[in-house]
Amino acid sequence: MFRRLPDPDTPTVTLSVDGRSIEARAGDSVAAALLAAGIVTCRTTPVGEAPRAPYCMMGVCFDCLVEIDGMASRQACLVRVRDGMRIDTQHGKRQAAP
Amino acid sequence: MAPTREHDVAVIGGGLVGAAIAWGLARLGERVAVLDEGDVAFRASRGNFALVWVQSKGLGLAPYAAWTKRSSDGWAGFADMLHDETGLDVAFQRPGGLHLCLSESELAARHGYLMRLHNQPDMVSYPHEMLERRAVEALLPEIGPEVAGASFCPLDGHCNSLRLLRALHTGMQRHGATYLANHIVERIDPEAGGFRLATSGGAVRAGKLVLAAGIGNARLAPMVGLSVPVRPQRGQIIATERVQPFLNHPITTIRQTDEGSILIGDSVEEAGFDDTVGLGVVATMAERAVRMLPLLGRLNVVRSWAALRVMTQDGFPIYDQSERCPGAFVATCHSGVTLAANHALVFAPMLRDAALPAELAPFSAKRFDVPAAA
Repeated sequence: MFRRLPDPDTPTVTLSVDGRSIEARAGDSVAAALLAAGIVTCRTTPVGEAPRAPYCMMGVCFDCLVEIDGMASRQACLVRVRDGMRIDTQHGKRQAAP
Repeated sequence: MAPTREHDVAVIGGGLVGAAIAWGLARLGERVAVLDEGDVAFRASRGNFALVWVQSKGLGLAPYAAWTKRSSDGWAGFADMLHDETGLDVAFQRPGGLHLCLSESELAARHGYLMRLHNQPDMVSYPHEMLERRAVEALLPEIGPEVAGASFCPLDGHCNSLRLLRALHTGMQRHGATYLANHIVERIDPEAGGFRLATSGGAVRAGKLVLAAGIGNARLAPMVGLSVPVRPQRGQIIATERVQPFLNHPITTIRQTDEGSILIGDSVEEAGFDDTVGLGVVATMAERAVRMLPLLGRLNVVRSWAALRVMTQDGFPIYDQSERCPGAFVATCHSGVTLAANHALVFAPMLRDAALPAELAPFSAKRFDVPAAA
């Protein structure tokens, strides 16, 4: 869906998404890394369970919520990737307990 | 030309009190008009906490406890009727509710309060108990270390009050009621066979009328010889993101909605008509909620709001018929959710018959009158 602009000097980092490894570029937001890896559905809604994708990419729409390193409902567009980061997509309502 | 309409009853106010009464009257075959204000209204019915609550109500007026219990007992059937008529599930549940105490002294104070309540003469009897921490833990394993105990009442429950408002409006219109938005009542004139209401949307005529306009009743009541001393009392609510169901019992100040949100609420503030949210109060509410249920600290807050309760000076409802203008009634309370079943299924038939029985006499606003010197 998305293609990166050429940027050969940026180092690569590795994340896990739902247990699968993907590569991203240092400086990517989690949302950008997901989209670049072709992962478009980052969650389903809590009541209707409709699929949702990152949309505004600037912290406003709250559609890109994912679990990051065990913390649920974080805005993927506002968190930068880090090597070894664990991302889990969310399905329906999150758990209140850890 | 402003339209003129003929109705058996004009209900002034389209919130939970007015809509419940209007639905109750319409299903009895009365021709009902509901006059609502519009977006300028304070609309307590859109900002409430949605408990259907029994425990702790009625200290100082035992008949209020009986009236509340009666509505609570009628609620399941009421919800079923609404569902059958409209297809809308108002998500009524009655799992029993808890009032959590965060110290031994809070627990002792709660116990004393409930003893005074239940020791009143003519107090209705219903099951309720004080629970030690261990018993609370069995019901709510997530409680924090400071919780000393709780009072528990199996009659307490909750619902989806926004859907309740929608179901009442849908239901009353199916029964032929006319909903008139943006009809602010400016003047009420008794005339032969009823009343003429001058409104911002034109004149409306009706045989009887019910003031169910919340805080607006204070302004409207003198037009028909009634006195309804009510004031706004602010309450604030915090809503979190939706989470998997875990809170199996509503707590006085915390409940999980049918769709998963956690609501934290029930502040009590004298702030006049100011319905803005104040960070200080919201922060205190959140802090107490996290002490009760520490896992709430992990949840994202998605919004908070304030709304204005409709409060009398003793906190109890007012139901009255005007002596100067028979056929003019008032119904006002701050528990439009809890009492909705009574308003629809008990109070509406009284209005149709144009007589309030002795059972409702304790709720007359005459209780506020200073007795005349002998």
